[in-house]
Amino acid sequence: MKEISELLFPDDVFYAEDHEWARLDGGVITVGINDYAQDQLGDIVYVELPRVGDTFEKGEEFGTVESVKAVSELYMPVGGEIVAVNTDLEDSPELINQSPYGDGWLIKVKPDDETEIEELMDKETYLAMLKEED
Amino acid sequence: MKERTGTTGLVFNEPLLWEMGRTGRSGMSPPPRDVEPAEVCEELQGKGPDFPDLSEPEVVRHYTRLSQWNFGVDSGMYPLGSCTMKYNPKTNERQAARKGFASAHPLLPDELSQGALRLMAELERCLAQITGMDAGTLQPAAGAQGELTGMLIIHRWFENRDDRRTKIIVPDTAHGTNPASAALCGFRALAARSGPHGILLPETIEELMDDETAGVMVTNPNTLGLFEENMEEISRIVHERGGLVYCDGANMNALMGLVDMASTGIDILHLNLHKTFSTPHGGGGPGSGPVMVRKELEPFLPVPRVVEDESGALRLSENHPLSIGKVHTFYGNFGVMVKALSYILSMGPNLKRASELAVLNANYIKELLKDTYHLPYDRTCMHECVFTDALQQSYGVTTLDISKRLMDYGFHPPTIYFPLVVKGALMIEPTETESKETIDTFIESMRSIAREAREEPDLLLNAPHYCKTERLDETGAARKPCLAG
Repeated sequence: MKEISELLFPDDVFYAEDHEWARLDGGVITVGINDYAQDQLGDIVYVELPRVGDTFEKGEEFGTVESVKAVSELYMPVGGEIVAVNTDLEDSPELINQSPYGDGWLIKVKPDDETEIEELMDKETYLAMLKEED
Repeated sequence: MKERTGTTGLVFNEPLLWEMGRTGRSGMSPPPRDVEPAEVCEELQGKGPDFPDLSEPEVVRHYTRLSQWNFGVDSGMYPLGSCTMKYNPKTNERQAARKGFASAHPLLPDELSQGALRLMAELERCLAQITGMDAGTLQPAAGAQGELTGMLIIHRWFENRDDRRTKIIVPDTAHGTNPASAALCGFRALAARSGPHGILLPETIEELMDDETAGVMVTNPNTLGLFEENMEEISRIVHERGGLVYCDGANMNALMGLVDMASTGIDILHLNLHKTFSTPHGGGGPGSGPVMVRKELEPFLPVPRVVEDESGALRLSENHPLSIGKVHTFYGNFGVMVKALSYILSMGPNLKRASELAVLNANYIKELLKDTYHLPYDRTCMHECVFTDALQQSYGVTTLDISKRLMDYGFHPPTIYFPLVVKGALMIEPTETESKETIDTFIESMRSIAREAREEPDLLLNAPHYCKTERLDETGAARKPCLAG
C-alpha cells in the first residue's frame, strides 16, 4: 500500500466520506472510488453495479466492489437516477485499480438536486479527514 | 532459533483423476452374471456418468498424495483466529464410529433409537449447563445456520406478539455472517461502532435501540478477542424497549464454565460444536451450531424436539405449534453430536481449565509479540489477539506477506484482514491444546519474520518458498476462475 502523498487526488472532483468521488458534467454526475480506496482494497476482482433506471437516495448502497482482501459496499454520494453503468468493469475490474478517475468510473447519475454535490468534500477537506483517520 | 519445523520434502505432483488411467481399466471385479440379460426401457437409457477408468493403486496413491499436500491441526499449529482450530481428541472419533451410532438409520422408530435420543438429550442438557441457558436445539449444521435459526426464532417471537420490528443492531466487531443472517429474516442491520477500547458501549445501544428494533446481535468475546464487559447494561436497555439479545457464541472457547452466559442478560446463544467442543472442522464440515434459549423462547425452537414421556422413554415430538419448523433434514449432524458429547464427558470440570489455558496462551503470545508487531488494543484479551502490519509497512511488507512467510516456518497462517475494524489485521488464536514449546517456536518464528521484513523484505514478498506451491496468483484466480474438472 502507498503513502497518502503518493496517491492521486484530482481537483476537479468532489470526495465523499466513504471514499467515492463525484464529478458534475453537463447535468450528469459521474461516480467512482478514489485512489485511496482502490489502493486500500488492492486488486479488485469483481464489481456489482445497479441497473440503469434504478433510483437511490444519497448515502444509499448502490453496489459492491470485491478485492482479494475484502468486499466493500458502494454508497451514493448524491441522490438520483442511474443513467449509465460502466459495463467494461464486468470483464476488466482492474480498470478501477489502473484508472480510478478515468476508465474505472462506476456509474453516471442524473441527480435529483445538482447542488447536493457541493455538500461533498473538496480535496483539502478530504485529505484532512484521511490524515485524521490514519 | 532452534531448527525450523518447516522443511522441504518430496511430495508428488498429481493430475486430475480424469487425466489418468486408460479406457476399460477398473478397480473392481463384479461377480459373474447369473441371470438372463434384460432390456432396459428406452427412457431409462442414456449416457452413463463420466467415471475415470482407474485401478485400485492409482486411486489409493492419488488420494494419499493429495493428503500429503494438506496441512491440518494433526500436522501443526493452526492459529486461525475466530476458528478455534483446537486438537480433536481421537477418542471422539472412536465413540462416533461405534456401530450403534454410526449405523443407526434416521428412519428407525423412536423405541429403537433410545440410545441416540438419550445422547441428544444429554448433549442438550450439558450445553444448557455450560451456558446457563434453559433449552436448545442441536439441529443447525453450522454457526451461520445457528444464527439464522436464532433470527427466525426472534422473528417468530415478535410475530406471535403482533409486534412488527424491522431493524436489528449489529456491532462492527460481530462475526461477518451476523448481518447476513439478520437480513435473510427481513431485518435491516444497523451498524453499531465499538467504543475506543474495542468493546460495545451502552450509550451506543441507548442511541440506536427503539421500538422498531428487534434487538442486538453481539459476538462475545468479540472478534477483537475482547470480552464485552457491558452486556448486562446493554441487555437491560434492549429488554426495556421490548427487544431481544442474541449472542454469537462462536468464541465460547474462552468462557466455558467461567461465565454464566444467561446472567449477562442474553436471550439466545449459538455454539459451534466444531470449534469449542473439538469436533473436526476442516473440509467444509460437517459442523454443528446448536442454539440455546431462555425458557420464554423454548416454544419457538425447531422441530422435531427430543421429549421424555412419563415412563422415561424418549421420542421425537413435532407437536410444538409455535415452532419455526425444521432447519435440517432428520435431526442435524448426529455424528458431530456424538463427538461433542464424548469431548464434554471426557473433559468434565476440566472444560473450565481448557478455557483458562486458551486465554492464557493468547495473552502469552500477545505480551511476547507486542514489541514486534503493532497491537491496536493493548489490554487483556480472551482466546485470541489481533496485531497489525503497521510497524512493517515502511519496508513495503503487508499482513499478507507476513502470513505467507509463516508457512515457510511450518505454521498455518492466522486469520488476516479480519476483523474489518482493524486495518491489516493479523488475528491469532493459539487454543489450549498447543504446548508452551510449540507456542514459543511460533513466537520466535514471528520475530524472525519481522527481522526478515527489515533486512530482506523480498523473502516475504515472494513467500512461501518451501510449500509445494509457491505464491498463487489470487487475483488471476478470482478474476478468471477455472472451475472445470
